[in-house]
Amino acid sequence: MLEIVRSVPIDYFVYLCTALFAIGVLGVLTRRNAIVVLMCVELMLNAVNLLLAAFSTYLSDAQGQIMVFFIMVVAAAEAAVGLGILVMIYRNTKSTDISLLDNLKW
Amino acid sequence: MQTLIPLIPFLPLIGFAVNGLFGPRMSKGVSGWIGSGSVLLSFVLSILAFMEVSATHSPIRSEVYHFMSVGNLHISFGFLVDALSSWMMLIVTGIGFLIHVYSIGYMHDDAGFSRFFAYLNLFIFSMLLLIMGDNFVMLFFGWEGVGLCSYLLIGFWFTNRDYNLAANKAFIMNRIGDLGLLLGMFLIFKTFGSLQYEEVFARLAESQVETGVITSICLLLFVGAIGKSAQIPLFTWLPDAMAGPTPVSALIHAATMVTAGIYLVARCNGLFSLSHEALQVVAVVGMATSVLAALIGLQQNDIKKVLAYSTVSQLGLMFVSLGMGAYASAMFHVTTHAFFKALLFLGAGSVIHAMGGEQDIRNMGGLRKHLPITFWVFLIGTFAISGVPLLSGFFSKDEILAHTFDHGGVIWWALASFSSLLTATYMGRLFFLTFFGSFRGTHEQAHHLHESPPSMTIPLVALAVLSVVGGLINLPHIFHTGSTQWLAHWLSGTGINHQPVVPLTEVHLSASSEWMLMGFASVVALVVLAFTYASYSKPSNVPVPDEQLKGAARVLAYKFYVDELYNALFVRPTEALSKTLHYYVDVWAIDGVVDGVGRGFQTLGATFRRLQNGNIEYYLIGMVAGGIGLLLTYFL
Amino acid sequence: MSLYLILIPILGALALLLFRPNQANAWALGISLAVQVGTLFLLSGFNPNGGLQFGLDTPWMASVGLRFHLEVDGITLLLLLLTNLLTPLILFSSFNRRFESESRYYGLVLLMQGALNGVFLAWDGLLFYIFYELALIPIYFICAIWGGADRIRVTLKFFIYTFIGSLFMLVAMLYVYLKTPAPHSFQWEDLVAVQLTNAEAWWVALGFFLAFAVKMPVFPFHTWQPDTYTTSPTGGTMLLSAIMLKMGIYGVIRWMIPLAPESMHTWMPVFVGLAVTGVVYASLIAVKQTDLKRLIAYSSIAHVGLIAAGVLVWNKMGVQGGILQMLNHGINVLGLFFAVDILERRLGSRSLFDMGGIAKSAPVFAALFMIILLGSLAVPLTNGFPGEFLLLLGVWQYNPWVGALAGLTIIFGAVYLLRAFGLAMFGLPNSQTERFQDVHTGEYVVLGIVAALVLLLGFFPQLILGLTDSSVDRILGAVQF
Repeated sequence: MLEIVRSVPIDYFVYLCTALFAIGVLGVLTRRNAIVVLMCVELMLNAVNLLLAAFSTYLSDAQGQIMVFFIMVVAAAEAAVGLGILVMIYRNTKSTDISLLDNLKW
Repeated sequence: MQTLIPLIPFLPLIGFAVNGLFGPRMSKGVSGWIGSGSVLLSFVLSILAFMEVSATHSPIRSEVYHFMSVGNLHISFGFLVDALSSWMMLIVTGIGFLIHVYSIGYMHDDAGFSRFFAYLNLFIFSMLLLIMGDNFVMLFFGWEGVGLCSYLLIGFWFTNRDYNLAANKAFIMNRIGDLGLLLGMFLIFKTFGSLQYEEVFARLAESQVETGVITSICLLLFVGAIGKSAQIPLFTWLPDAMAGPTPVSALIHAATMVTAGIYLVARCNGLFSLSHEALQVVAVVGMATSVLAALIGLQQNDIKKVLAYSTVSQLGLMFVSLGMGAYASAMFHVTTHAFFKALLFLGAGSVIHAMGGEQDIRNMGGLRKHLPITFWVFLIGTFAISGVPLLSGFFSKDEILAHTFDHGGVIWWALASFSSLLTATYMGRLFFLTFFGSFRGTHEQAHHLHESPPSMTIPLVALAVLSVVGGLINLPHIFHTGSTQWLAHWLSGTGINHQPVVPLTEVHLSASSEWMLMGFASVVALVVLAFTYASYSKPSNVPVPDEQLKGAARVLAYKFYVDELYNALFVRPTEALSKTLHYYVDVWAIDGVVDGVGRGFQTLGATFRRLQNGNIEYYLIGMVAGGIGLLLTYFL
Repeated sequence: MSLYLILIPILGALALLLFRPNQANAWALGISLAVQVGTLFLLSGFNPNGGLQFGLDTPWMASVGLRFHLEVDGITLLLLLLTNLLTPLILFSSFNRRFESESRYYGLVLLMQGALNGVFLAWDGLLFYIFYELALIPIYFICAIWGGADRIRVTLKFFIYTFIGSLFMLVAMLYVYLKTPAPHSFQWEDLVAVQLTNAEAWWVALGFFLAFAVKMPVFPFHTWQPDTYTTSPTGGTMLLSAIMLKMGIYGVIRWMIPLAPESMHTWMPVFVGLAVTGVVYASLIAVKQTDLKRLIAYSSIAHVGLIAAGVLVWNKMGVQGGILQMLNHGINVLGLFFAVDILERRLGSRSLFDMGGIAKSAPVFAALFMIILLGSLAVPLTNGFPGEFLLLLGVWQYNPWVGALAGLTIIFGAVYLLRAFGLAMFGLPNSQTERFQDVHTGEYVVLGIVAALVLLLGFFPQLILGLTDSSVDRILGAVQF
């Protein structure tokens, strides 16, 4: 297993993760649907997770994988809270369009 | 005796406290006698102190407590009774007592009776602090204290706004002088390292101080004297001060307080003698004031105003004497002037009392029949001040004239003689207009005319006697009576530094020239009085209203327009400046800048708040752009 | 011991604010009187030549070198006396007015008392700063809740202005703190021991001066003051003018000059110049004021300017005079503002033109008012004189011409105060003032105590000067330039 993973150059993982992260960022920035935005956030988190796992394997250091678990837990909690907020927003505005949420200004 | 000394000023202070606190609940008799009695006791103690000084030939010192110490400045609340202060104490308490007694009659119907006595007692207290203090700070206590009492008493009838303004004017003008005195004290402290008379005068003798410094000290002290003794340019408050009740004018604005300036210079004669320039200034200011005030006095018609200008003029003459270095002669004139000017003011008070408050001599006339006692004492006062031979004023004024002739020269003597000639003129005019001719007042007033009660006439008679015989205390040495120049010798008694308190100043004139001067002065006085009798005892020669006067007489009647000048030069510019500073500088400029800073930040905030448009994507773009920017700066 | 002076009023204030008892005024007066007794106890045990006394020193935030350090020397003791003598008087004088939610008002005044005591007791720079700012909070609410017209704008300006000033002080304090040898310390001695270069000291002194100049206030940082004094409820005005502004002067003596003496050669002419300019400037403006409270506010700028000048010239006369005058100015200005309060309550106006002839209907009031006024005029044998004499002498020793200029205050003081007194009390009564009631017992007590203090300290200034003499010598000796 280790060898299989190590047979892929680390660069490839870095490119893949960067691409996934960038897709996530672009998604967050461009999409208006709150659910999609949340998904994109998850995508960014998982891009980082993947990278952590990859480096953990390459460096034979378990710490990276421990971090992955932490992030997954946090991401789950964040998704729960985020979706909860989303439900509330939907109840109030009958929409999941985040551009309607501009009450925070001044 | 030493332990009793503090009682001399503090007895009147107790009188003040009693009258001030319980006055309204006491009967008028009790108030009056507490007021007068406390001063009488002070007078008795002053006599005892005087006798002790006279017996031991050394000053009495008495420190009540230590007032304050800061660094090398040590000020005691202490008294020094030497030849000079013991003499002044006699004048202040003696004449003060007579005037207190007079006031019992004069103020009898006044609602503020006990308040009046409280103020008078406070005045005596302050005046005694002034002359008895053993350092400059004590002098300053008294100096400002008498100014305060003067303020309170000028504005005694406080429902009259004009009186109040006159009181303010007196206090403020005095304060200008006080500032000079204060700065003079600072310079003394810097130069001599102390404010105690003893140390200052001792160090003055032993150390060489630059003449420039001494002159500065003297001139600053003299600024104080100018304010207190109503000399040019600060003389205009004194005539206005006549708004106060007449006993106040007699006590404060004639006999005692206004002579504080003379006392100050006489006390510091050691300093002044070292500075020829300072003495010169003193003499010039005194002479100018003396002539100017006498000229104004010629055209005044308010009985008290004439006397007020006369006081200013006489004070000027005393300063001339001081400027000639004849300190003792000035003190002699202070003494006799206290007698006859108190007498004149109290006599005027008696007239005003009889006339029901009328003060304009154009509405008087022929009063000698109705007020015989007042007439006779006023006659004595007028003759004394005019220099009729053998009355007190004759001797004191003659001495000053002799000194001006001796030390100043003919011009000084001529000017001083001119001033005395004017004195005789306006006094004769006042006297004959008031007491001769026919009565010009209203019918009601004529009906009301009466001689004053004994509480008023007895002090008048006492003062009249003093005005007659007062000259005996300092007969000129040409009289060969064995006790000539008694006062001058007394004042040259041993002071605190084993030096004479007030050094003797001899007149170096031959006996014949002195007789000549004396004779000339007598003749002038008598001729002028006769002339005024001839012109003013006639009913036809009553002064016209001021508006109808022409030329010089009009200028005199309007007092050389000095008040108007000061108004235009100082009062109105200050008021205008006050408003300008308030509205334009303070509110508009300075506060405008402060508020402007506040508004500037508000504007900034209003500008930047547009960045916070509430759009989440917008914020996110900002965040990502920032992150990329950071990465770029890191990698590049 | 000294801790109780801070704790009692602050705990009392919290209790009043939380429990809102019915007799809040009586409780507050009782608590402040207890503090006063404590101060007198301190006074009785104080040895004027004994250096620092009644100290309390415990670590607070040890990692940054912050200690809860209180000390009492003569200067501190005098200011404690000022605070704790006058606060009960201020509380008691407020009894004559009814306030909405009284317990809050009285609680805030007590909080103020505690904070002020803390300011004067603090021997640790940051502690000083904390109390200095703490004192601002209650007075802000007092003025903003119980003030007159336009109070929100005026109070906000006052708050922001003084607060920004204080921030400069904080920066300056921290700078000096960072210059102390590691581990750093905020202790007075350690801060004073720091040697700054001239340029550093220049900035440090400026920072402190901005804080204190706004607080006192010194020309041209004074424009918040007339508005605030006029708008505040009288109790607040008294707290501000009688006690609070002394924080600034105290700060100059204790912190500004000792921490940055190196720059004083450069700064002193500027600071003294501003202070003396303020004396003349404010006096001139006071001449034509018609609102009595505003007039006294301007006169206070003039008087405080003189105190500031005396303290800033940093010689024995000036500093001793300044300290003495802090107490006296507090007493006098309290009395004056209370007299104005009486007038305003009776007449419903503070305008001099609505007054006149009051001396006729209310002679006792007029007499007491007069005595206090004379104190303010620095007439000899009232309390104002010794202080003003020493201050003028101090400034004069620094520079005779500046001294003479500052001396104009005795002339202008007479001009505006006598004008105001004459317009208010003399002349013929109008229909309003004819029925002016004389002082009743409560007012009589306050005015009487003030008048008695005016005379007592006028006759015996050495009572106070003796307390502070050696402390002033010590601080002058420790800080030379």
